[in-house]
Amino acid sequence: MNAADWVVLLGTMVGIAAYGSWRTRHIGSLNTYLKGSQSTGWGTIGLSVMATQASAITFLSIPGQGFESGVGFVQNYFGLPLALIIVCAVFLPMYRRLNVYTSYEFLGRRFDRKTRLLGAGLFLLQRGLAAGVTIYAPAIILSTVLGWRLDLIIVCTGFLVIVYTVTGGSVAVSLTQKLQMAVIGSGMATAFVVLLLKLPEGLGFSGAAHVAGALGKLQAVDVSFDPSRRYTLWTGLLGGLFLSLSYFGTDQSQVQRYIGGGSLREGRLGLMFNALLKIPMQFFILLLGALLFVFYQFSPSPLFFNQSEWQRHARGPGGGTFRALEQRHVVATADSQRAIRAWLRARDSRDAAAEPAARAAMLDANRRAAAVRSEAKAAVLAANPRAKMKDSDYVFITFILTQLPHGAVGLLVAVMFASALSSKAAELNALGTTTTMDLWRHIRPLAAHDEARNVRVAKRFTALWGVIAVGFALFVGFAENLIEAINILGSIFYGVVLGIFLVAFFLREVGGSAVFFAALAAQTLVIAMFLSLDIGYLWYNLIGCATCIAFSRLLQAVLGPRAPADEGRAA
Amino acid sequence: MTGPPPPDQRSDAEAPGVPGVRTWRGVYLLVLGWFVLVVILLAAFSRFFS
Repeated sequence: MNAADWVVLLGTMVGIAAYGSWRTRHIGSLNTYLKGSQSTGWGTIGLSVMATQASAITFLSIPGQGFESGVGFVQNYFGLPLALIIVCAVFLPMYRRLNVYTSYEFLGRRFDRKTRLLGAGLFLLQRGLAAGVTIYAPAIILSTVLGWRLDLIIVCTGFLVIVYTVTGGSVAVSLTQKLQMAVIGSGMATAFVVLLLKLPEGLGFSGAAHVAGALGKLQAVDVSFDPSRRYTLWTGLLGGLFLSLSYFGTDQSQVQRYIGGGSLREGRLGLMFNALLKIPMQFFILLLGALLFVFYQFSPSPLFFNQSEWQRHARGPGGGTFRALEQRHVVATADSQRAIRAWLRARDSRDAAAEPAARAAMLDANRRAAAVRSEAKAAVLAANPRAKMKDSDYVFITFILTQLPHGAVGLLVAVMFASALSSKAAELNALGTTTTMDLWRHIRPLAAHDEARNVRVAKRFTALWGVIAVGFALFVGFAENLIEAINILGSIFYGVVLGIFLVAFFLREVGGSAVFFAALAAQTLVIAMFLSLDIGYLWYNLIGCATCIAFSRLLQAVLGPRAPADEGRAA
Repeated sequence: MTGPPPPDQRSDAEAPGVPGVRTWRGVYLLVLGWFVLVVILLAAFSRFFS
């Protein structure tokens, strides 16, 4: 990175944070601080919802996913538009009608205090544990490739996000997210254009897409019922629906983004904006990755994209193995490139006999090149069992640093930081709000009427969660398996929380005690299954939700009909 | 000290204000139609470049 890159990076990041803090410095109303300005329009809400979901890992990892496995991952988002329609039609009108600050407050109104505390507690436990990961995960990648100090990246990003989130609350979060999304959009478009310009002469988008397709990278929709396939239309529709419904409908970091606004219409249109654009956006990022794969078929590529890790071993005492692998990689890549060019010639000649043979030779050469990459990964793992093995996370950032012109490099690094700040800000905002409204006000009910005090307390809790997140990221030293464990933890809780909300919305006959104990039983069952079975953790969303609903009905039947006094009890 | 603003009473009676669509049900159908179209286009894209 040179001076131009630094100007772009610091100008956008510090500028947006400073602007957000300055514009929102006088907010004194609790409603505005926690729910956002009453004048917020659907465009801001829509971008804010999008920015909250898109973390830095989205922009680092998803192009890598496209590079490695193709665009099939897009099917994971197929349930999202359906979930957003349900949120718009059922969840959002109810939140606004009851004028709640948090989704868990709704549980208190619908059921009772203990159910509200359970919902809020599960959210705080899950998000609190994950608090450091959203800062640490991108920071470790950026520090590795940029050679910057990890602790400095964590402290600087943490400080920036704490300052504007604490100052302006929900208004600052939405305002900065809108600008950060503009940086992200322009950065990703720049990267895509540069990638197309860097493709070999005569290949162009169409040729590159044909190569990617022939190498199996553009299979976007898979209608097979084979359970061993990870991403299919059906898993996307079913799993994606439950995940998205749980995330958008009950997770306070999302609910807080659309619950405010001038009217119900603004929130609904903001969500529909995401329902329309999310799949095309994710497809575009994955396609970028698939085209990067084609680009690296024609350009020199590192055998292992995490070069910092690779070079440490290649220059070490056992470096001979690594250097031999590098030589084999050069040969395999050259073979693969020749085979691709031969296939393109056969395809252009429209020779019906030559094309299948050339395609088979190309696939064979590609398999041999992939086998060398697998051996390289195994060699790194053998040399360092604690090494970060998801090498695809380094593909896009390597392309940015080695292929983009100066200025654009700064913009793309700003994309990574903008996405890290935007998702972190929403998370801190939600953690601070839930701690204030669902826990602190529960302990201090008399303080509910002192608005200024409530704002002060919300600011302190937001800052406290920010410090906890930075502390976690600095001192825990997350191993890769710990990051995954925290993500799994999310899936373990999400299903039961969604179950509680679905009971609240659709099973009017079930009361607070039934759903509370049913949720505890369902959560215990999910944890027991997690500890004893070996099934994909995404299934726990479905299992947790279904068992919570079934147990609630069963328990309510045992307890007998709800007393009329229970209905509509506020908490 | 001021309390929170009154609850939103307008709910579904509020028009979506989307050109050509009068009701929220129409908006949801439009989004569903778009989703189906996107899936079809993705499938066609995969097939064309396979």
